[in-house]
Amino acid sequence: MDKFEKAFNDIIEKDLKVEPRDWMPEKYRKTLIRQVSQHAHSEIIGMQPEGNWLLRAPSLRSKQVLLAKIQDEAGHGLYLYSVAETLGITRQEMNAQLHSGEAKYSSIFNYPTLTWADMGAVGWLVDGAAIVNQVSLQRTSYGPYSRGMVRICKEESFHQRQGYEIMVQMAFGTPEQKEMAQDALNRFWEPALMMFGPHDADSVHKGQSMAWKIKRESNDHLRQRFIDRTVPQAEFLGLTIPDENLKFNEETGHYDHSPFNWDEFWNVVNGNGPCNEQRLDHHKKAHHDNAWVREAAAAYAAKTETIVA
Amino acid sequence: MESGDKVWEVFVQKKPGLAFKHAGSCHGYDKKMAIQNARDLYTRRGEGRALWVVPSEAIVSVPLEDSEAFFDPGDDKIYRHATFYKIPDGVNHL
Repeated sequence: MDKFEKAFNDIIEKDLKVEPRDWMPEKYRKTLIRQVSQHAHSEIIGMQPEGNWLLRAPSLRSKQVLLAKIQDEAGHGLYLYSVAETLGITRQEMNAQLHSGEAKYSSIFNYPTLTWADMGAVGWLVDGAAIVNQVSLQRTSYGPYSRGMVRICKEESFHQRQGYEIMVQMAFGTPEQKEMAQDALNRFWEPALMMFGPHDADSVHKGQSMAWKIKRESNDHLRQRFIDRTVPQAEFLGLTIPDENLKFNEETGHYDHSPFNWDEFWNVVNGNGPCNEQRLDHHKKAHHDNAWVREAAAAYAAKTETIVA
Repeated sequence: MESGDKVWEVFVQKKPGLAFKHAGSCHGYDKKMAIQNARDLYTRRGEGRALWVVPSEAIVSVPLEDSEAFFDPGDDKIYRHATFYKIPDGVNHL
């Protein structure tokens, strides 16, 4: 073991942070690029299901709030792209990988948002699940990723509360609104739980990622934390979680649940979800349609920027 | 990277009198775009009242393999620290 490898191992051992210019194993770098770029793409693609309701928001207030939330998602995507860039991949390469299908994004964004209650369910459940994951990732061993997570977590709590507020309005509104809220919960519950990824026993990247402290807690552990937090919130709303086996287990102190439909999960990951094609096509189209803006900006910069070339 | 697109390091000053702190990086084709992008990205919630953006390529740092030797001259001068000096008991405000 040379002194660089030893220095890296010491950082991990002592719970310090690895910084961009530190020596790191190639596999560590690759794993992080994969994870962070997937995280970034999820934030960016995640703007689409919400953008769907921007022009149909029921009030000016809800429209302003939704717009601010979507702007935050863009910001989070950009923080994360910046993190990945410190590992030696460019923004352009990441976009190309997204477009070719080599890089993935969270499956949850391949589901459609059919009613206004879905804006509630997305904020409450999808952002809620993301927060549980991201709070844990604040302790990740890669410094820029960790700092990005701290910043993102500060901003995400607004998103989850915004979602829950919509759920409260719908669940305590007219019978039709309550029905919409229940329907949104029915559709988003299991996909939200699957956001935490495969069970620990089936997780391909788990062992090494945990050893390197890229991930600090296992998928199942985080998923259980989310379930335990969310069930009482659903009870308050008077809504029923769509799982007849969901029950508090006095012995473990946690909620038991039914097995998930993993075939459905893998089917969506592999590109066959209801909106996979639509999401990617939209991203490609926006990228191509805006090519002239990038060209104009480059021409303008070449003309006007004399000091920093 | 796409032609003309550059990475900039962003520094934010939270309040007058405090040091500028590195917040992260952003993209921009020119100075004006870089500082507007930095504002939208890093100061959406009143995180700062002043901003610097610096082209990432303009940042100079010490190569990792040289860092030990580079910082070495500072390490053996313990007399630069206040704790090096013995002051008799009973003497205050030192």
